Amino acid sequence: MSPIVKLLAQRIALSLLLLLLISMVIFAGTIILPGDVAQSILGQSATPEALANLRKELGLNEPALQRYFSWLFGALQGDLGTALTSGQDITTAIAGRFGNTLFLAFWAAVVAVPLAIFLGLLAVRFKDRWPDKLISAVTLASISIPEFLIGYVLMFVIAVKLRWFPSVAMVNDSMSLLEKLNAIALPIAVLTLVVLAHMMRMTRAAILNVMQSAYIETAELKGLNAFQVIYRHAFPNAIAPIVNVVMLNLAYLVVGVVVIEVVFVYPGMGQYLVDHVSKRDVPVVQACGLIFAAVYIGLNMIADIVAILSNPRLRHPK
Amino acid sequence: MSDTLLKVRDLKIGATIYPPGEKPKDIEIVHGVSFDLAPGKVLGLIGESGAGKSTIGLASMAYGRGGVKITGGEVWVNGRDILKTGHRDVRALRGGEVTYVSQSAAASFNPAKKIMDQVVEAAVEQKKFSRKDAEARARTLFAKLGLPDPDNIGDRFPHQVSGGQLQRCMTALALCPEPDLVVFDEPTTALDVTTQIDVLMAIKEAIRDTGVAALYITHDLAVVAQVSDDIMVLKMGNTVEYGNVDQIINNPQEEYTKALVSVRSIEHEEKAPTPDPVLSVRNITARYKGTNFDVLKNVNVDLYPGQTLAVVGESGSGKSTLARVITGLLPPREGEIEFAGRKLSPDLAGRSREDLRELQMIYQMADVAMNPRQTVGTIIGRPLEFYFGMRGAEKKKRIIELLDEIELGEKFIDRYPAELSGGQKQRVCIARSLAAKPKMIICDEVTSALDPLVADGILKLLLDLQKIEDVAYLFITHDLATVRAISDNIAVMYQGQVQRYGGKSKVLSPPFDDYTDLLLSSVPEMRLGWLEEVIANRKMESAGN
Amino acid sequence: MKNIPISAVIGLFFTALYFLAAIFAPLLAPYGVGEVVGDVWEPSSSEYLLGTDNIGRDLLSRMIYGGRTTIFIATAATALSFILGSVLGFFAAVAGGWVDQALSRFVDLVMSIPTLIFALVVLSVAPVTIPMLIIVMGLLDATRVYRLARAVAVDIEVMDYVEAARLRGEKVGWIIFREILPNALSPLIAEMGLRFIFMVLFVSTLSFLGLGVQPPEADWGGIVKENKEGIVYGIPAALIPAFAIATLAISVNLVADWVLNRTTSLKGGRG
Repeated sequence: MSPIVKLLAQRIALSLLLLLLISMVIFAGTIILPGDVAQSILGQSATPEALANLRKELGLNEPALQRYFSWLFGALQGDLGTALTSGQDITTAIAGRFGNTLFLAFWAAVVAVPLAIFLGLLAVRFKDRWPDKLISAVTLASISIPEFLIGYVLMFVIAVKLRWFPSVAMVNDSMSLLEKLNAIALPIAVLTLVVLAHMMRMTRAAILNVMQSAYIETAELKGLNAFQVIYRHAFPNAIAPIVNVVMLNLAYLVVGVVVIEVVFVYPGMGQYLVDHVSKRDVPVVQACGLIFAAVYIGLNMIADIVAILSNPRLRHPK
Repeated sequence: MSDTLLKVRDLKIGATIYPPGEKPKDIEIVHGVSFDLAPGKVLGLIGESGAGKSTIGLASMAYGRGGVKITGGEVWVNGRDILKTGHRDVRALRGGEVTYVSQSAAASFNPAKKIMDQVVEAAVEQKKFSRKDAEARARTLFAKLGLPDPDNIGDRFPHQVSGGQLQRCMTALALCPEPDLVVFDEPTTALDVTTQIDVLMAIKEAIRDTGVAALYITHDLAVVAQVSDDIMVLKMGNTVEYGNVDQIINNPQEEYTKALVSVRSIEHEEKAPTPDPVLSVRNITARYKGTNFDVLKNVNVDLYPGQTLAVVGESGSGKSTLARVITGLLPPREGEIEFAGRKLSPDLAGRSREDLRELQMIYQMADVAMNPRQTVGTIIGRPLEFYFGMRGAEKKKRIIELLDEIELGEKFIDRYPAELSGGQKQRVCIARSLAAKPKMIICDEVTSALDPLVADGILKLLLDLQKIEDVAYLFITHDLATVRAISDNIAVMYQGQVQRYGGKSKVLSPPFDDYTDLLLSSVPEMRLGWLEEVIANRKMESAGN
Repeated sequence: MKNIPISAVIGLFFTALYFLAAIFAPLLAPYGVGEVVGDVWEPSSSEYLLGTDNIGRDLLSRMIYGGRTTIFIATAATALSFILGSVLGFFAAVAGGWVDQALSRFVDLVMSIPTLIFALVVLSVAPVTIPMLIIVMGLLDATRVYRLARAVAVDIEVMDYVEAARLRGEKVGWIIFREILPNALSPLIAEMGLRFIFMVLFVSTLSFLGLGVQPPEADWGGIVKENKEGIVYGIPAALIPAFAIATLAISVNLVADWVLNRTTSLKGGRG
């Protein structure tokens, strides 16, 4: 087996193993923590009969290992159980919301990724001059402000004062794409701001790292112009770190979505998760946690795979 | 065409430095240097680090590295001042008329592109050759430079060929566009000595065959003497001496040049072995954890009290591993070590404090061998406190004695390592090991990070201290000149084995085994015509085979 | 203490200001934390400097008390994550072998889930109290500190001066406290600033989601939550905590930046 295939196989296997372990952690979290789930759902004043009923309903009387495996196999087959609070099938409830979340994250990425890379290049081009300094100041500011506050500031200024876009992002299936995009314009803007600074700074660092290599000097000393140097010599080496940056930030974005959905009352999975955390609906939280973790692990895996694939030492072994 | 290819007049180069915690400062690093270079001639630029030699080399391509700016003077190439022409002209010059060979070919090749693409790029871009002709020329150059499989080596990626080969590919890259001038910037410094001579020969023959002119930049006078017509000696951005190679080597005028020429002229008479060695290494075989390859194979050496055993070899020979085994950092798989008449525990944890005290070590990189947060006094004082329980005035008195012994003096006691020069740092490290009153010190390449004159001072100091303190040295080095200068016994190591071992005079006199012969004949000698002799000898030998 | 850049002075000043306000909250706040003193969402006046909130409490008082809660939780969680993370990180680096492997792989595992998601999962079953918040945030964040501390220590560990100390026969204690720690301190202190900011943002986010500090206690995230309805009517009360969080975070960041920059000027740390 060529080393590259072996590495890729290892990396994918590692992700699957991680996911399995994560499922255990998420599941174990509900059994090792103080108090029992039934008690915390019903509160201190619950009658013993009600507790016993709920325990039975939840299957709490069965051994933990057995419950874990039936949960895991169910999840693998697409059956995430039923919500305690509403009795709804979780898979059905999540399906549409997960689609909405992906829709929002996708369009945020469509705006944020090119913008961040462009601004990162700009920062490199004007290194140590005012555009670069401005960018690093904005970065400092944006990592100092929580997502929900950026959300409210934008909502206050753009939706309430200027009335350019709606302040809540209601979408439903009957809307056209354009209507939907209009509805989620503000959340997209906020998510873009949230990841932009980070992505920009990391892009800048990745490109600078490549531009400071000795082979760039060699290219300059060949009499190539700036465009040729970047296109022929910097770009092939910078692509992997940039893809890596993008993937890591998309993973970051997935988490940012949770809060932003709450701010803009967007019918996505993040809001669904937060709602059910306060209702202590454990099966729903477990299901959402697992899905978020899977997306996060998946994106990190793609970042690593790109890095492996683009490494000439691995692609062309001795 | 004028009869001067490159004419440099009163060249001044500045740089912006960023001292931590202060405002950036502009300083001048080259203070008005002038020279001429005729077509087909080679000028050697020589100096220690900080002399500004690379900066001057790059200035002949109107290039400043990092924050370096050319602030004054003229650089004429083929009759035009390239500091006054526009961007477009400078670009046409770079990679066409003037090309560049860097110290580290490994870093200077783009890892993502095939060698051939990079070698022909400048020639094609500057419209000197069509792609097809350039490739043909590249293959001819590969063959001329002695690269294996010259027809196909261009299809490989840089990481697929060895360091010495890549350095030759870089030379091909520079020669491919048929330039008028090539700037060689320390092209052999990063290579092992037996590889260096191959590359040096290849460069010399290529220069001769193509009639190209060259600026040859190096810190090694013996190397530059082999390839240059003229030599300019630089120090701190100033010209010290400028003349033809014969005059500089055989009749230097300036004190500094004389010192450079006479460097490594330390005389040390070989001492005879005594009956009881202080260290006996017996049948040592060792490998690193997680590997299945023995880095040391059945090594046997002895070191006698108050004497020096030089362990010499190239990278990968296992010489530094031997030091790790002796210090107990890497327990051997087989064999044992006897030290001062007792058997040493194979690993560090099993050794007594007395064992540790009597066996000290000095490192190659003095700046990382000292804790940057401790003063010189603390660094030297710790062994006194640790091994002898010295405190207060008694300790301070001893620290000052040691500082005097290493020729630094009391005023250094409160300084931090960052405030010392390279040579001073190494001296402090020497004092730290002497503080333990050891029977033996392992010196691991202690002079190879230093400029030659500073290194010379360190070697002299070590020899003086050996007489005073009666301490034995196990001296690990790749530099045969150092070996000649200080050793009593020599062990030549090659691929984990002791290839040749014995008294200095015996090891360094014929008859030689093949490897020792190759090694000894590869060390550049400070005389004209040495390289030609070696080339002629090796051609004769290979013809004889 | 000369040569402090102006940015660091500003940072130090505001950081000190917020901490002092937190410590002396009962003396500074004009009204009680839960005291209803006026109408709903009154604009700012000489009586209520920042106006009133969604049920007519004085916003300035709530901001001061809220800051106290937020800063207390963030400080406690930072301390927990730092002590745990750096002790384990140093220990793993010096011990090496299976101890290092086991700890590092466990940390990798925890870090492969986004912190917020992990916290939500835990808080769905655990009681939401202030000690619980501190423990959850501190433990989750300790993984980040562990990684940094271990990386820094491993870098220093391979330095020749540490090897020299080992060859001299020094004990583990000397190596950790005299050789490694003095050289690791600056990056760790700078990181502590960043972790503190992260904690402030984290607890604010949780409170905003309704899963952090529970009413009637005030904290900055909670104040946003209480007043967010006002945004739609053009009442900016919810934006005031935004300003507070951002200025605190930026100030601490400026200080951390300065500490980190000082690391590069190694002159024995007298600077």
